[in-house]
Amino acid sequence: MSGENLLFTIFAVLTCVSAIAVVVSQTVVRMAFWLVLSLGSTSALFFLANADFVGASQLLVYVGGTLVLLVFGVMLTASGPYLKIATSPGETVLGALVALLFGFVIFACVNGVEWRSPEAAGTRAVAGNTLRPLGLSLLGSRPDHDLKDGDRLTPGYLLPFEIVSIHLLVVLIGAAYLARAKRRTVSPSVQS
Amino acid sequence: MSASLNAYLLVGAVLFICGVVCMATKRNGIGVLMGVELVLNGANVNFVAFSKFTDLGLDGQIFSLFVIVLAAAEAAVALAIALNFYNNHLTIDVDRANKLKG
Repeated sequence: MSGENLLFTIFAVLTCVSAIAVVVSQTVVRMAFWLVLSLGSTSALFFLANADFVGASQLLVYVGGTLVLLVFGVMLTASGPYLKIATSPGETVLGALVALLFGFVIFACVNGVEWRSPEAAGTRAVAGNTLRPLGLSLLGSRPDHDLKDGDRLTPGYLLPFEIVSIHLLVVLIGAAYLARAKRRTVSPSVQS
Repeated sequence: MSASLNAYLLVGAVLFICGVVCMATKRNGIGVLMGVELVLNGANVNFVAFSKFTDLGLDGQIFSLFVIVLAAAEAAVALAIALNFYNNHLTIDVDRANKLKG
């Protein structure tokens, strides 16, 4: 077994086991811990798939940003040190059953399809160091494709990039508006 | 298990299923958010795997970057809503969020 396969096996197993542990564990703090482990080993899988920039932004944005946000949410909403909101056993059994069926369907689909190989379509595999090719692709120049006769340069991803930028601005304003400090109004019927 | 396309897709499928079950069965609002993160990660694993093993090229990596950014935005807004819900109801149990029920 080569080194890459060994690393892939380790991180794939770690990812799957921690994802299942997120579902199984009851307290939300333990869920956050297992989620850190799962997302971190997912970024290791990205590094193994030659997507180093995606892996780095996964580490920075997800593990560094989103999870810190989630942990702050846990801290601000927990009314006790180990808040447990248990799922009823019937729902647990039903969820496990649906998961097994769904997993069977997806595994059968994945194993039943013959995926195309990259050699067929004249794509050059980008082996690591993807920062410059990604930037060029945003501008519309594709260093990973061989241009054939009649091919035009694609418009690139500048418009989606702009839309995402505006989206982030709107989300920033909306989140600040929603989460601003307000006077707490609790109706007596809810508090009981 | 060798690092083939199918192996990556199976990892993505496991992440996706765990996320869906997490969203469906957790009653804690933050737990539901963690399920959404798992689902988006499963999609990302699939994008990067197709980017490496098929002729998708860099499109897959660019889309996974977009997914990461949009997931961060979604988490921010959803957490703001969860905090608002907690301020109004003093609980994070999503089963108690039935005020809009007719």
